[in-house]
Amino acid sequence: MRRLSTVRAVSFAVASFLFATSVAGCRREERRFRESPPSATPTTVRVSALQPGTMQDTTHARNPYENNAYAQSEGQRLFGWYNCAGCHANGGGGMGPPLMDDQWIYGSSPENIYTTIIQGRPNGMPSFAGKIPTTQVWQLVTYVRSLSAQNSTGARSSRTDHMMMYPGSSSLQDPEKPKNSFRPPASEMP
Amino acid sequence: MACAGPPNGRRPASGVDAAISLKGRVWLAAALLCAAGACTREQKAEPARVPASPALPAAAGPRASVALDAEDGQWTMPAKSYSAARYSQLGEITADNVKNLRPAWTFSTSVLRGHEEPPIIVNNTMYILTPFPNILYALDLTKQGAPKKWQYEPKPQSEAQGVACCDVVNRGPSYADGKIVFNTLDNNVVAVDAATGKELWKTRVGDINTGETMTMAPLVVKNKVLVGNSGGEMGVRGWLKALDLASGKVLWTAYSTGPDDEMLIGSRFKPFYPKDQGKNLGVTTWQGEQWKIGGGTVWGWLSYDPQSNLVFYGTANPGPWNPDQRPGDNKFTSSLVARDADNGEAVWAFQMSPHDMHDYDGVNESILLDVPWKGQTRHALIHPDRNGYVYLMDRTNGEVLYAEPFVHITTSRRVNVSNGSLEYVPEKKPRVGEVVRDICPASPGGKDWQPSSFSPRTGLVYIPHQNLCEDEEGLEANYISGTPYVGMNVRMYAGPGGMRGRLTAWDPIAGRAAWAIEESFPVWSGTVVTAGDVVFYGTMDGWFKAVDARNGHPLWQYKTGSGIIGQPVTYRGPDGKQYVAVMSGVGGWAGAIVAGNLDPRDSTAALGFAAAMKDLPDATQKGGTLYVFSLP
Repeated sequence: MRRLSTVRAVSFAVASFLFATSVAGCRREERRFRESPPSATPTTVRVSALQPGTMQDTTHARNPYENNAYAQSEGQRLFGWYNCAGCHANGGGGMGPPLMDDQWIYGSSPENIYTTIIQGRPNGMPSFAGKIPTTQVWQLVTYVRSLSAQNSTGARSSRTDHMMMYPGSSSLQDPEKPKNSFRPPASEMP
Repeated sequence: MACAGPPNGRRPASGVDAAISLKGRVWLAAALLCAAGACTREQKAEPARVPASPALPAAAGPRASVALDAEDGQWTMPAKSYSAARYSQLGEITADNVKNLRPAWTFSTSVLRGHEEPPIIVNNTMYILTPFPNILYALDLTKQGAPKKWQYEPKPQSEAQGVACCDVVNRGPSYADGKIVFNTLDNNVVAVDAATGKELWKTRVGDINTGETMTMAPLVVKNKVLVGNSGGEMGVRGWLKALDLASGKVLWTAYSTGPDDEMLIGSRFKPFYPKDQGKNLGVTTWQGEQWKIGGGTVWGWLSYDPQSNLVFYGTANPGPWNPDQRPGDNKFTSSLVARDADNGEAVWAFQMSPHDMHDYDGVNESILLDVPWKGQTRHALIHPDRNGYVYLMDRTNGEVLYAEPFVHITTSRRVNVSNGSLEYVPEKKPRVGEVVRDICPASPGGKDWQPSSFSPRTGLVYIPHQNLCEDEEGLEANYISGTPYVGMNVRMYAGPGGMRGRLTAWDPIAGRAAWAIEESFPVWSGTVVTAGDVVFYGTMDGWFKAVDARNGHPLWQYKTGSGIIGQPVTYRGPDGKQYVAVMSGVGGWAGAIVAGNLDPRDSTAALGFAAAMKDLPDATQKGGTLYVFSLP
C-alpha cells in the first residue's frame, strides 16, 4: 500500500513536471507580434525595503515577457539599439554600473528595472520616458534580468553573442560566483 | 616580470622600433637574473630595468633645451610651465639622497573616484581639486600638518556622471592673477578667489544632454582661460573656448570640425602638408552633417609659446568609433592644432590619424623643445601620440621632423615624413560583425592622457605609457543625443612581453628610447623630473617611485593607500625644504574596474579596458588621498 502510494506520488510528480515544463515551454516560444499596449505599468514601486510601520510588499507588476525567449532576444537587440550597451557594456558596465552581478542599487525586480529605465536615476541613468515603447521596455527588462540569471535559464540563448574573455565560454550569463567587492552607497554610483 | 622565455609567438615584426629591440634587452636582463637564481618572489615585484649603457646617448652631443621660468618653488599650473616640461629646478632631493624620502603629511579628499589631478602650490597654499563632485580644498602650508584653510564646492549636477566616458576624473586647476580656475564635470568653468575661496564667476559652456562633460585642466594665457570639452564617445562636437579671466565671459570658440569660420580658420591658416590644406575641410571630409556629432573634443593638454604667441593642443577621436559610419578623413579630429592665443585664429593643423579607426585621440601633451636638428636649432614640439609614434615637429609650421614608434604597432606601417601620412595596415581596420584581432596599440593608445616630463639636464623625455593590444568588433551605432555613440565591441590585453605598462626615457634628438622600465599595470600617472636627476611616477597598484633620470635605476618607492594615476609635483615649502606631492586614488579609464565596481566576466566592460585589468581589484582599493614627502 505504502509502496503503491509512492508510485502514485512519483507518477503525479512526473505528470506535474511534464505539465509545468510544457506550459513553460509554450511561454518560452510565444511570440506576440500584435501587442496591445500593456496596461501593466507598475504603480507602487519601492526602492527601499525600509518602511514605517508594517512591512508591505511592492505591488508586483507582471512582466508579460518574463521567461519568454523571443522577448529576451529582442531585449538584447534593443539593449544595443538604444545604446544601453554603450554604458553598461554587455553586462559588465562602464560609464554605468554592471548588470550581470548581484548588486542592485535601485532593485532587481522587473518593476524596479522598468522604473529605472522610465524614470532614470539621479546619478547618471537617463530617463527614457516617452522615448521607448512600453512593450520594448518590458523586453529590455527581460534581457537585463537574464544577464544576472534572474529569470528562467531555459529562455536564454545558448549562442555566443559577444567577444568572450575565454575562448569556449558560450554565454555571458553564467551565474558564476559573484565577484567580491565592496558595495558603495547609492550616492557614489550611477 | 616572471621568469619565462621571450614572449612566445609575439616576436616583434621586422622594422619595429628601438623600443621593441629594447624589450629584447629587457628579456635578456630578466633571463640573466633568472639564470643567476635571483628570481625570487620579491624580485618579481620589482620592475625589470634595462641596464644603463656605459655611454648614454643623452650624455654626449647636443641636447634639447626648453624655455623655463625662474624657479620660484611653486607649481602654479599642472604642466609647471607653458612649455609643459614638468621639470623642477629644485635640487635638494637628489638621486643620492632620495632613498631617505619619507611621508611628511597626508590628506583625505573624501572622494572614491579616480584622482588624475596634480596638487597646485601657490603662495604657501596647496590647492587640491577632487574628481566629481569637484571639491576644491585649500591647505595652509605654513602650519604644521597643512590644515584646511577653506573648501569650495561647485555642486555639479549629479546626472553629469552618466555621460562621463571614463570615470568622473578632473585633470587639475590652474592659478592665475589671484584666482584658481577649473572646470566642473557638468561643464562649468569656475574662478575662485585663491585667498578666500569665494566664487568670482561661474560660466556654463556645455550641455550634459548632448553628452558634453569637462575634465581637462584649463590653461591661462595672458587674460584668457582656455578650456575644451570631453565627450568623444557621446557624439559631441569638439571645441576650444577662451574665457575672459576677469569676467568669465566667452570671448571666442574654435570648433574642431565644421565650416572654416566656425573653426576660426582664415588667411593665416597654413598647414605644412597638402593633405591638411583646403577650404572647409571640417565639412568636406565628412559625409552629410556628420561633423556636427563627429567628436574631435579637446580634453587633453595645451602648451603655449610666448615667442610666437601660439597655443598647441590636440583634438580627440572622431565619433562613432565604428569607422564605416563616417567615411572621409574626418578633419580635424585626432589632430594637432596651433592657434593664435589672442583671437584663436588657426595657424596650422596636422592630422596624425586621418579617418581614425581605433580611438587614437590626438590630445596628448606637446612639450615645447628647442632641438639641434641637422645643423640648425629648430623650435620644436615633441608629442607622444596614442597611435604609437613620438612626433617631433617644427612648432612654427607643423612640419614633422620625425615620427618614430615607441610601442609595438600593428595598425600602421610607418609615418611617411615626406607627406605626413600615417600608412595604415588595411587588415587591422575594424569591420562590422567580425572580430579583428591583435590590434596594437589598443584604443588607449601607446600612451593616453598621462603627461610626460622633460629634463634639460639629461635631455630625455620621460613618457609614462601602456603596452596593450586589443580585439575589435564593429557594430552599428545609433545616434541618440546624450547617450554613447561608439559602435564597437573591444577587449584589451597585454601587448608583447605581457607587461601592461612602461616608463620610457626617450631621446628626442636620436628619436629612440634611451632606457625603459617595465610595469605590470599601465603607467597611468604623470611623471615629474627634477634638477636632482630624479624622475617620480606612480603605479596603479599604489607604489610611488623614484628612479634615476640618467639611467632608470630604481632609487626609492613607497606604497600608498590606493593606485596612483595622478600627476606628481614638487615644490619648496615655507620652511625652505623641497617636497614631493602626489594624489593616490585609483580610477580613470584604466582603473574603472575598481572605481566603478565593474564585472570583468564581460570582456567588453569599460570599452574593453576591464578585460586587461582583471587583477586590479586584487591589487588596490578605492580612496583619494594626497601624499606629501620630504627628506628628514
